[in-house]
Amino acid sequence: MRIGLFIPCYVDQLRPAVGIATVRLLEAFGLPFEFPEDQTCCGQPFLTAGERAQACRFAARFVDVFADYDRVVTPSGSCAAMIRSHLAELVSDRRARALAGRTRELCELLVECDADRGRVGRFPHRVGLHASCHALRSLRHGQPSESRAGASAGGGGGEGGGEGPAGGAPAADDGRAPLDPARRLLAAQAGIELVALARRDDGCGVGGIFCVEEEAVSCRMGHDRLADHERAGAAIVTSTDVSCLLQLEGLARRRGSPLVFRHVAEILAEGWLGPDEGADGPSPSCGPASPADGPPPIGSPPAGAPDGPR
Amino acid sequence: MGHVSRARDFVADAERTTWHDAALWFVRAKRDAAVDLVPDWERLRDAAAAIKREALARLPELWLEFESKATRAGAVVHWARDAAEANAVVTRLLRERGITRVVKSKSMLTEECGLNPWLARHGIEVVDTDLGERIVQLRDEPPSHIVMPAIHLRRSEVGETFTRTLGAPEGLSDPDALAALARRDLRARFLAAQAGITGANFAVAETGSLVVVSNEGNVDLGTALPPLHIACVGLEKIVPAKRDLPVFLRLLARSATGQAITAYTSHFGGPLRTAAAEGAGAKTQRQLHVVIVDNGRSRLLGQPAFREALACIRCGACLNTCPVYRRSGGHSYASVIPGPIGSVLEPARDARAHAELPHACTLCGSCSEICPVQIPLDRQLLAWRGVLASSGLHPRRRRLALGFAAALLARPRLAALAGGLGRRLARVLPPAVVARLARPWTRERALPPLPAASFRTLYRARRSTARPAPATSARGEAAPR
Repeated sequence: MRIGLFIPCYVDQLRPAVGIATVRLLEAFGLPFEFPEDQTCCGQPFLTAGERAQACRFAARFVDVFADYDRVVTPSGSCAAMIRSHLAELVSDRRARALAGRTRELCELLVECDADRGRVGRFPHRVGLHASCHALRSLRHGQPSESRAGASAGGGGGEGGGEGPAGGAPAADDGRAPLDPARRLLAAQAGIELVALARRDDGCGVGGIFCVEEEAVSCRMGHDRLADHERAGAAIVTSTDVSCLLQLEGLARRRGSPLVFRHVAEILAEGWLGPDEGADGPSPSCGPASPADGPPPIGSPPAGAPDGPR
Repeated sequence: MGHVSRARDFVADAERTTWHDAALWFVRAKRDAAVDLVPDWERLRDAAAAIKREALARLPELWLEFESKATRAGAVVHWARDAAEANAVVTRLLRERGITRVVKSKSMLTEECGLNPWLARHGIEVVDTDLGERIVQLRDEPPSHIVMPAIHLRRSEVGETFTRTLGAPEGLSDPDALAALARRDLRARFLAAQAGITGANFAVAETGSLVVVSNEGNVDLGTALPPLHIACVGLEKIVPAKRDLPVFLRLLARSATGQAITAYTSHFGGPLRTAAAEGAGAKTQRQLHVVIVDNGRSRLLGQPAFREALACIRCGACLNTCPVYRRSGGHSYASVIPGPIGSVLEPARDARAHAELPHACTLCGSCSEICPVQIPLDRQLLAWRGVLASSGLHPRRRRLALGFAAALLARPRLAALAGGLGRRLARVLPPAVVARLARPWTRERALPPLPAASFRTLYRARRSTARPAPATSARGEAAPR
């Protein structure tokens, strides 16, 4: 199986550590992948801003770059949703539909490969899982709180056709609500405590250019999410999407909140593989710019934390 | 300026935003609990969507059937192409009879047509009889929600309004006392009314009858006391048969307010025939006039991308669940119908005036999931953005910025170069300058700590120096740790 690794443009520039964590996971689980260097943005910001013609150009390029891979994997629920839900409608190319069906968000791929079977990770922290709207409602990572679709037959499938499971997220055997792959993989880490949120799927307020155009509402949405995680006692907030995390982290840092923000890939890589000991030293850029204004490094459990099985 | 600035003003009152959001979330939670008691909820949604699809496909024949059945039952049916025609029909009916005092129950259609100010200009007094609607009428404000028109007001604000308009004592804010006061005032107006105007939730083709749901008894009172009942019905309200009603009634009350059923479900099959009316003889013959209003609906029917929005039953669930509506208030939309459904319907009526509404949305998709008739609202909002952009109705600044970003991102090598340069600049420039450049992101948000190298660079370094990846090992063999 050939896997194409798609690193979203903003992850490439702003959170490369998430890409590196993804690479470490793929390597550790023996999933052979390539990173095609001529990849670029998937076109989502242009589509959601109404610039369809621009979006089509990016989508066509995505098809050209990735059409030959058996799977495309990306550490972003939102970009994966863009590909699965819109690629075929933007590109008339016959390959587009099949490619949409072969594209996976990272946690989906890991679950598909049973990455967590018989493998023990360890991440002894209180973690709040922020549901990315697109991972939840478009990729069907779990059941949206307003939906009852899991209650009757069928579960929730994605819109992408082609090969592979329609939705990517595995439906429970009894046809009930689809499982959330990120939650499942996080829960496989010993010592982790996933806190219960009062509103488990209210949005963070990013929404493409919404976060700058509707800045006031966007920030208010983010503040409300942060408050929920704080009340629930989370020490670390995680998500399948860097965009959500940049929004929440930006607000938290400005108001001096001690919350730490880590992408799911970073937590899984650390839980299963330990700190990155690559050529550039541990997590070269996911940490704060200077120790003074950033969150404490994670990975060293607080004193007295329960020692999970290794 | 637009939704952006009105929303900013709303959010600036943090405390109000908090309770507005909480009040709507309370209704959302009540809806969730009510829905949990219906095991076949999603199948009910399927059924409703299918009935609406059928009704929209057979719209002309269903309305003709309605007209003939309603006429046979003694109602008079009028057709209005637009708001002006609808208002003219209503005015004519009232003027012919010398009527100057009218009571009206809640109707989004008459809001859309601007019927109240129109009648006022023609010397006819209209009193809204739904409590929330009455409150905003006394404040000379439009409703901020299609089911809870005064949801944006605190109790104390209602008290102040009643002090100013109904002679309530200063400082009154007890809800029961406020409601009692409004009821006393309304009762006199009901008794004095010469005609009652209502909307309709459903028009049934099979029987020629109308169905109106309400919670306050004002629909029944307003149609039973005066001898003339005028019902204004939007073209999208038709359903084929009586047996379709249970599907919608079960969905509507639960989606709107979390009730299993509204307190009143009033069926009108022709003019009311009460013992009192019949005893009074032909001189006070009661009359029912039905005004069927298009006002742009048939045009929407011709647009496949947006047609399904005509299935809307005005439950307001998409407003309650919308994270933007909850935090920006209904008035921020400056439209008759706010929230997700309003942001789809309003640009169809006037694209230029409402071009920014489809952007008052993060595309979270909750509206489409909650909609009892499965309108794909998020897809329609996205579709509107495309239509409006290509019609030149998007701000130039946005188009230029996106064009620039697209030109850069289409060249990965150039984009990598620019990214690296940008990150380096951000480190050497004074933070205040960087923050300034990155506005409006940085008004309330810190910039993320910027990494020295991009993923591409780190990955290349890793591939050239690090041990070879265990690319060939079977699944599960590459042991972590």
